[in-house]
Amino acid sequence: MRSSSLARAVRLGVSSLLLHKLRSFLTTLGVLFGVASVIAMLAVGEGASAEAQDQIRRLGSRNVILRSVKPPQVGDEDAEMRVLSYGLTRDDFERISETFPGVEQSVPVLQTPAEVRSGQLLCRPRVLCTPHLFQSVTRRDLFSGRFLTEQDEASRSLVCVLGYEVARFLFPFDTALGERVKVGEHYLEVVGVLHSRIPVGTVTLDPSSEAGGEVFMPLSTGRAYFGERQTQMRSGSMDIQEVQLHEIIVAAERDIDVPVIAAACRSMLKREHDEKDYEVIVPLELLARAEETKRIFNIVLGSIAGISLLVGGIGIMNVMLATVTERTREIGIRRALGAKRKHIVTQFLVETMVLSGAGGVVGVGVGLLIPWIVERTAELETIVEPAAPIFAFGISVLVGIVFGLYPAWRAANMDPVEALRHE
Amino acid sequence: MESAQPKAGEVTSTPEPVAELSEITRMYRMGEEEVLALDGFSFTFRKGEYWAIMGSSGSGKSTLLNILGCVDRPTGGSYRVRGHEVADLDDDELSTFRGAELGFIFQSYNLIPQLDVLENILMPVMYQDEVPEGIQERALGLAKRVGLGDRLHHRPMQLSGGQQQRVAIARSLINDPALILADEATGNLDSKTADEILELFDELHAEGKTILLVTHEAEVGRRAENILRLKDGNIESVERGAKRHGEAADAQ
Repeated sequence: MRSSSLARAVRLGVSSLLLHKLRSFLTTLGVLFGVASVIAMLAVGEGASAEAQDQIRRLGSRNVILRSVKPPQVGDEDAEMRVLSYGLTRDDFERISETFPGVEQSVPVLQTPAEVRSGQLLCRPRVLCTPHLFQSVTRRDLFSGRFLTEQDEASRSLVCVLGYEVARFLFPFDTALGERVKVGEHYLEVVGVLHSRIPVGTVTLDPSSEAGGEVFMPLSTGRAYFGERQTQMRSGSMDIQEVQLHEIIVAAERDIDVPVIAAACRSMLKREHDEKDYEVIVPLELLARAEETKRIFNIVLGSIAGISLLVGGIGIMNVMLATVTERTREIGIRRALGAKRKHIVTQFLVETMVLSGAGGVVGVGVGLLIPWIVERTAELETIVEPAAPIFAFGISVLVGIVFGLYPAWRAANMDPVEALRHE
Repeated sequence: MESAQPKAGEVTSTPEPVAELSEITRMYRMGEEEVLALDGFSFTFRKGEYWAIMGSSGSGKSTLLNILGCVDRPTGGSYRVRGHEVADLDDDELSTFRGAELGFIFQSYNLIPQLDVLENILMPVMYQDEVPEGIQERALGLAKRVGLGDRLHHRPMQLSGGQQQRVAIARSLINDPALILADEATGNLDSKTADEILELFDELHAEGKTILLVTHEAEVGRRAENILRLKDGNIESVERGAKRHGEAADAQ
């Protein structure tokens, strides 16, 4: 009985609203756009933050990354030749790996600015000289072959592992395994290819770019054949930099060790370095910051969506007040024929909810369409949480209740005699 | 509520009272002034009677009808319908009471435009707490009874004035009310259609329904069994028809 009377109330509400199709449609637009924007903004926001978090996670959430940074230029810019010595030192690395508690592994990385060629093809990837631990600490997946081994490190083997983009670029038609590439002045044998950091298939990166191209060789090989001096020719002058280590990746045993290690690294580096020629990157902190950013983003989006729903709700209330006045006589008739106040309240409340709920349903549709279009046209990742449409629809119904109460209350409290006399 | 009453009641000598009004006053406040629309009005309408309530405007007949119809409450006095004191009911009880015990017929039909004929007839039932068995059949029967058996799913806008008023009459009968209150029921109709409606009232009267017809048209008033004339918020004269002539004025 209860459910059927509700079904009847909804049916009646719909047929009342259909008497004024255009007006009802226009009234729902406010809620429609409100709901659509809630879903669309949430989807785009979630997508963006998921992408950011993913990138940070790829750095390794248990890692602390120390990087050498070239200090602000001092001295004569026009000097023909100078040696600039800065950055992390082997001593720094020793201290961290031998004395820091909670460190599972620490991996030194030396970078050398060599060109990489195979036949006519040439690119400028990041050439990283690093021990075999690098792969497990950074959780990089192998595409084919093998990564560097302890053996390579011990025997200063002339081997290298290519990043996927570099392998594709240098050997577009063939497997790179077993081939030789020329790094700087030396020939190295390719023993493996690492998976791209970017999911394969979406964007093919230029192997010369920072993110795209990577070539790995044993640290001992790098030191022996390429040294710690990086020479770059720059518009007539030679620029020589001396950096012992470009990067130290410190992996903590547990998540809770990360902040301790980060603090220890900071204070140690501050003590040992006169200049700030290093930076400390803590992915976990970045993650926390990204989460905070996302929270603020959500609050801002939420307020915008809330305002549009508020405006939509006020529009609905306005129309419902007009409807109540217009239908004063009908209210009088219903009251005379036995309708209690609660019946009148229900009638108008249901009508308002049908109005806002219809806006909600169409809004959900539009709201799901927008991320779909965005994903296809802007190549932005979007994530529609399953709860988002339900949440948005629920809000639209809630708007109907909140903004329908006053008009319904007005309708129910009309004097039946006055209402019947109303023309 | 008392239910089973004889459908085609042969009139007994003193039928039971249906609506008893005693010392009813209704005061309106219009700014500073107080207007007494009804001034100590006492009267008893009995079962099966057909009354025309007449009077010029301002005589208090609309106020009387509102109070009889329980849409308005008297300022003072007692009003009993089938023995129930109406003044004691709260707003919800009064609403249910209206739907169950009173049948309204208005000058401008007052059908709900978004409902079809059958739904309009069933309107008073929808607001009752319990839906009686076989009410659909009863509604169908009433629609046929007023000659609209073939227009069950028309909307009011698709019907003529006379047809709309027939729907309203069927609607007023759906709960088998104690009292049928008709307010200028023929006022919007041409004389031929009005005549058909009045014939319908005659039939209902013959079936033993209690009908109170408010009108200002002498023509229409003459069709009723009895005439109650109002003036300045009280009774001016009571004319009882041939059939019931000389019977108990003791109610007063």
